[in-house]
Amino acid sequence: MHERTLLEQAQALQNGELSSVELTRLYLERIQAHDGVLNSFITVTEAQALAQAEAADRSRSAGEAGPLTGVPLAHKDIFCTHGVRTSCGSRMLDNFVSPYDATVVERLRAAGTVMIGKTNMDEFAMGSSNENSYYGPVRNPWDPERVPGGSSGGSAAAVAARLAPAATATDTGGSIRQPATFCGVTGLKPTYGRVSRFGMVAYASSLDQGGMLGISAEDCAALLGVMAGFDSCDSTSVDHPVPDYQKELAQPIDGLRLGLPKEFFDDRLDARIRASVEEAVAAWEGQGVQLVELSLPNLSLATPAYYVIASAECSSNLARYDGVRYGHRCTDPEDLEDLFCRSREEGFGEEVRRRIMIGTYALSAGYREAYYDRAQRVRQLVRGDFRQAFEKVDAIAAPVSPVLPFRLGEKTQDPLAMYLIDCYTIPVNLAGLPGLSLPARPVDGLPTGVQLIGNYFEEARLLGFGAAWQRETDWHRRVPPEFA
Amino acid sequence: MDLTAETVRGIAKLARLRPKPEEEQRLIQDLGTILEFFAQLSEAEVDGIEPMAHPLEVNQRLREDEATEPDRREAYQEIAPDAREGLYRVPAVLDSD
Repeated sequence: MHERTLLEQAQALQNGELSSVELTRLYLERIQAHDGVLNSFITVTEAQALAQAEAADRSRSAGEAGPLTGVPLAHKDIFCTHGVRTSCGSRMLDNFVSPYDATVVERLRAAGTVMIGKTNMDEFAMGSSNENSYYGPVRNPWDPERVPGGSSGGSAAAVAARLAPAATATDTGGSIRQPATFCGVTGLKPTYGRVSRFGMVAYASSLDQGGMLGISAEDCAALLGVMAGFDSCDSTSVDHPVPDYQKELAQPIDGLRLGLPKEFFDDRLDARIRASVEEAVAAWEGQGVQLVELSLPNLSLATPAYYVIASAECSSNLARYDGVRYGHRCTDPEDLEDLFCRSREEGFGEEVRRRIMIGTYALSAGYREAYYDRAQRVRQLVRGDFRQAFEKVDAIAAPVSPVLPFRLGEKTQDPLAMYLIDCYTIPVNLAGLPGLSLPARPVDGLPTGVQLIGNYFEEARLLGFGAAWQRETDWHRRVPPEFA
Repeated sequence: MDLTAETVRGIAKLARLRPKPEEEQRLIQDLGTILEFFAQLSEAEVDGIEPMAHPLEVNQRLREDEATEPDRREAYQEIAPDAREGLYRVPAVLDSD
């Protein structure tokens, strides 16, 4: 049963093949058996999960079940969950039990899904390898000596090892798409404003967006249908109609135009990954898609612009952690200043402190124009490049990561090397566009992936391309042998 | 990029962080490397380009001026490190005499 997709499991529940309690127990047992190696969960919510599963079974008996009633899910530990610790991978929030639910959590619960636990992540979503968690690194199910990617590494590893059929995640600079490709699962970062950020712990507010990791594009479509939509609690939520994503998947892709920007296929890209991406592109061409060569000339400065903007927003957002209202407080503070400084120094890990410092510097008097203002202008240029591209094409194909999953510890001593890994995912966040990561042909037993980038609110089109590719291939169906 | 210990201490003070003295050299080095990387931005030709603060060109929405938040002070203070009688407690800010 655990090898089936989320939608196939939903179908099994509808057919009465098994109950939600049985399905939930199966996953709780799998977590118990396998997560010692992976460390993909920070908290397993066994009692609540079984109670929610019982409620799901009762609503089915009463004839009130919806399409996703009773399917288990994991939530990235960045989404606030009422009564359940929401740590964000940080010592700062190790003792934080949220007094409310994130909108994403509330909507998925209202749809009848069962939360089985909270997944591990880089602290405050800052990282590309999941080595920055206060709760220890997550390991890649395809090779436990390697990283699962980050920051949603716990969600990606859990889905890849089939310890959860799907999981929520967030993406500020690639944090859904990069772990998806490192772990061989499907991940969607929706358009900025498509999914509510209410109750999603903030890192860089103009870039953060919630989404999901799943086995198939169809599963992502089903979850997006529940998660997307206007929320008055989020001032950047967009009031834009939510289509029936699953229905839209059936639309033919024949005749659509797919752009190939040369800047995404440069010498930073591992040639073996390039071959996997080109194979996917050729498959779409075989399905009647027209390929269009493109250029996005301003992409080269996207990575430095991103890290200026993200760090600046992070330094401002994380100012709220003061040791007074919630979160970590140091012992025996001498005075108020000592309380602030020591609580923050102790509560935040190294990478978070580094980004707060960088952001504070970039926003400080005398430097703001050289860094923050300039980065915002580069951001405008990047968006302009995409705008022009989408006049000629319906979607863009690109790699997700220039490198294969690397070994634990390989890049931890060099923060800049870690930042450069995100070069193919960052431009999408700067522009606020949707991006989809799909598993492609593996290299030496390690997963690779292809990225599709769409125009604003065109998630359905990306998922349609994804579903068409996944009808012809089974890379997304493969389970690491030790977790089969 | 010549980043001095004094500058780094000044930034830490603004950020309400307190790096350990033995970590200072490493921090200066890491921040210096990252700032050098940011210096590429000076190559950008951005004359006449409007800064982009946000992906969406939308205005702040307005709503009816009515209370929507229930009073949940107790629930919020329950998770505070030190709250008593409805107040958050911190070390004395003023001298007692």
